[in-house]
Amino acid sequence: MERIPILRMGEFLLVTIQVDMHDRLAQALQDDLAERVVKDSAQGVLIDISSMEIVDSFMGRMIGTIAMICATLDAQTVVVGMRPAVAITLVELGIALEGVRTALNVDKGMELLVASRGKRSMA
Amino acid sequence: MTINNYEILPIKSPDDLVRVRQATRALAIQLGFSLVEQTKMVTAASELARNTMTFGGGGTLRLETLLDNGRKGLRLTFEDHGPGIPDIDLAMTDAYTSGNGLGLGLGGAKRLVNEFEISSRVGEGTRVSITRWK
Ligand SMILES: Nc1ncnc2c1ncn2[C@@H]1O[C@H](COP(=O)(O)OP(=O)(O)O)[C@@H](O)[C@H]1O
Ligand SMILES: [Mg+2]
Repeated sequence: MERIPILRMGEFLLVTIQVDMHDRLAQALQDDLAERVVKDSAQGVLIDISSMEIVDSFMGRMIGTIAMICATLDAQTVVVGMRPAVAITLVELGIALEGVRTALNVDKGMELLVASRGKRSMA
Repeated sequence: MTINNYEILPIKSPDDLVRVRQATRALAIQLGFSLVEQTKMVTAASELARNTMTFGGGGTLRLETLLDNGRKGLRLTFEDHGPGIPDIDLAMTDAYTSGNGLGLGLGGAKRLVNEFEISSRVGEGTRVSITRWK
């Protein structure tokens, strides 16, 4: 079965969602990511959605679920690269993506993760 | 009003959902919709097609382009012969789901388009029609 690759970037994982995603692919990604967060002891996860032309409530729920799973496994999730048209549509659809942090691109997302890791280790 | 260019697509599998989104996008571009308008229409189509597949047990999408006094529009009609919706007001309510969704598909789709019509009969099926004007 086709799967979305999960890349390791130091203590973080990067997932780039590039396809017009099938439901079953979304499901598989959720499972794979949870497994990898634990196996790699990842501190954070970056989900790059810059290629996603739309995000509907099913995909939005999946992104929220991934963030929740990662938080439960003590890794932080940042969704990066949301297109402006997608953001406008999500608001009208009524999806708040509560608890999901966002950044403009992968670099900014990394900065965010590094900064919050710093805070955590100082605590 | 002139109605034309109609195409009917099946909605049975997740693959069909991908085709529904692609066909909607292609027609929206052809009608000269802006990127935001395209995105709203494709997202609404994705929500309704998923309902047809999940709750309606599969069905069809009819795509039509409209011309009304020089105004161009895109109309999508989703139809199934599934169980129907016993309480449409309840189904339209945000956060109501009889499955495990977010319950935002019907209400959200309505907010994303200019015209929204729904009719359903228990035991006979459901039809939802949405229109966005350029
Ligand atoms: N085509 C349909 N046939 C039967 N019931 C439907 C159909 N579409 C929607 N529904 C009902 O309306 C409810 C709300 O739909 P929706 O707003 O899309 O939320 P969700 O898909 O997250 O449940 C569904 O849970 C289902 O009970
Ligand atoms: Mg739905």
